[in-house]
Amino acid sequence: MRLSDTLYLSIKTVSSYRTRSLLIVLAMALGVAAVVILTALGDGARRYVTNKFSSIGTNLIIVIPGRAETAGGFPGAVLGQTPRDLTLEDANALAHLPQVRRYAPLNIGVAELVAASRLREVTVLGSTAELLPVRHMELAQGRFLTRGTGHGAQILLGAKLAREFFPQGNVIGQRVRLGDRRFLVSGVLKFQGESMGFNTDEIVIIPIDYAQALFNTSSLFRILVEARSRNDIVFTKEAIFDILKQRHDGEEDITVITQDAVLATFDRILRALTLGVAGIAAISLAVAGILVMNVMLVAVSQRTSEIGLLKAIGAPSADIHHLFLVEALLLSLTGGVLGFILGQFGSLLIRLAFPLLPAWPPTWASLAGVTIAFVTGLLASLLPAERAARLNPVQALSAK
Amino acid sequence: MIYLSGITRLFQMGDQEVRALSGINLKIASGEYVSIMGPSGSGKSTLLNIIGLLDRPDLGRYELDGIDVTSLSEIEQACVRRKKIGFVFQSFHLVPRLTAAENIELPLILNGISPTNRKSIVEEALLKFDLSNRAQHRPAEMSGGQRQRTAIARATILRPTAILADEPTGNIDHRNGTEVMALLERLHHTGTTLIVVTHDRELGARADRHIAMRDGEIVMDDISERPNEIE
Ligand SMILES: Nc1ncnc2c1ncn2[C@@H]1O[C@H](COP(=O)(O)OP(=O)(O)OP(=O)(O)O)[C@@H](O)[C@H]1O
Ligand SMILES: [Mg+2]
Repeated sequence: MRLSDTLYLSIKTVSSYRTRSLLIVLAMALGVAAVVILTALGDGARRYVTNKFSSIGTNLIIVIPGRAETAGGFPGAVLGQTPRDLTLEDANALAHLPQVRRYAPLNIGVAELVAASRLREVTVLGSTAELLPVRHMELAQGRFLTRGTGHGAQILLGAKLAREFFPQGNVIGQRVRLGDRRFLVSGVLKFQGESMGFNTDEIVIIPIDYAQALFNTSSLFRILVEARSRNDIVFTKEAIFDILKQRHDGEEDITVITQDAVLATFDRILRALTLGVAGIAAISLAVAGILVMNVMLVAVSQRTSEIGLLKAIGAPSADIHHLFLVEALLLSLTGGVLGFILGQFGSLLIRLAFPLLPAWPPTWASLAGVTIAFVTGLLASLLPAERAARLNPVQALSAK
Repeated sequence: MIYLSGITRLFQMGDQEVRALSGINLKIASGEYVSIMGPSGSGKSTLLNIIGLLDRPDLGRYELDGIDVTSLSEIEQACVRRKKIGFVFQSFHLVPRLTAAENIELPLILNGISPTNRKSIVEEALLKFDLSNRAQHRPAEMSGGQRQRTAIARATILRPTAILADEPTGNIDHRNGTEVMALLERLHHTGTTLIVVTHDRELGARADRHIAMRDGEIVMDDISERPNEIE
């Protein structure tokens, strides 16, 4: 028998048992669609988180005072001394490293912002002009902190604060008071939302020396360093350790986090999560496979006398085997393809409903879904097809 | 040429052994018209199934057109069945999902004949068996006579050398039965061997040679009444 004829006869059979075929196709389709949609969700979440994380900077290295001991407690505590502070001088020392593209020392505190007869507490960031590129911040209007020394008492307002204090809009050049000092608004940050734990729309940014004076401190909250390239990150991290250790009398009392490492961790966790939900969805595919097997077994016993007839008119066992195999494959493959389409459509709906979530089904999941549908269909039909082919023709003919 | 010697077929029924056929010796020349009669359970169908290679004997030798077919593999037997044997059953055995034309087409499909060639062959057969106006009907939409004509058309579409009919008129009324027999006889007249198993004395009598069976044995074969025909 020709392959095209096997296909032709199988299609005829599948289309004549309409309800049965529809149910199997649906079961397979739902299984595949579940794999596609759930992995789209998982991968969407992964992308969302990693995008958020990489949006805070590129090749970012964060230096934090104090040593985070994995074993618990830090040596300073054991030795009865507090860890040494990070200072502006420490930050400036990093500038000489060839792998460092730019760096921004960071101070943080809370102060009262007074302007236009309004008053509220705000989070204050003290930094330098480099903070803008290092942290991928954007301005809505005006200018950022001026480069170098000798700058005036500049202040940048978060988007929401600017609107709150100056609803009329003319913000640039306005005088504000922060704590007991006067500042001149030089710019407004672009609306950005929550990022890295605080809402940048409700902060103000002032030059680092003003911040240190305001909070009466010489220490830094953090130093943000941008390496020249991704490959430089590990080396830069080592170099930062070396320099600061040297500056801190051989004491390793800092912690260096690379954005890369954090990103990789998140990526790993969310990838595992995606795989997990894909696995759960794949179970429904296996269930659909069992359904196919059951339906094909029923088909064999239902069509026993027909199988006997085919043998009587000279069909070899192989032809009968192929007929049942192709029939099951047709059903599961149709289900797989339909499920793929349903899955793509479902993911589209999710993306429309939650525009922030890039819920694109990963290619591997779509391929795996359709492939698993095909393979379970194949496996599930092996036994029924074998049983059909093995039937004794005389007994098959006398079956009713 | 069908040549059976010492054909024995045993069935195990629980701890009991049923001898469906015991030591059958039979020779049927090409182009003969033979009827096989006998009480129920005498082994007629079993004999026909062995002749048609649907069943294998437990003992004995079977030569079809000079070839020992009992030793052939399953695939080879299917091939012989496809090329040389046309089965006609009491219950027609039409595929209910397929139309008359599609049922008739089945052996052509199994034989790997191209769709274009199939179409003309099927059309010719429909015409020959007076089924042209039933071509697109499914078995459920046809009368018993039409169904059996369709089954005969399917059995003979590849021009087999032997037609094996197991009570071909058992499920249809007398008038249609006579018509079906006439159809089979017409095929016999073109040179096909025709072996008919029947309970109907009148129909059985129409054959040129009459075989009677009882308890798995041939108890009467009127070829033995014509000794000059035995070589
Ligand atoms: N598959 C089987 N298993 C057990 N016994 C069988 C089987 N097939 C046939 N027999 C037995 O073999 C004997 C002959 O059966 P067979 O069908 O050849 O009879 P028959 O002459 O065709 O009868 P009928 O006129 O009723 O069709 C019977 O006793 C039957 O019970
Ligand atoms: Mg019988």
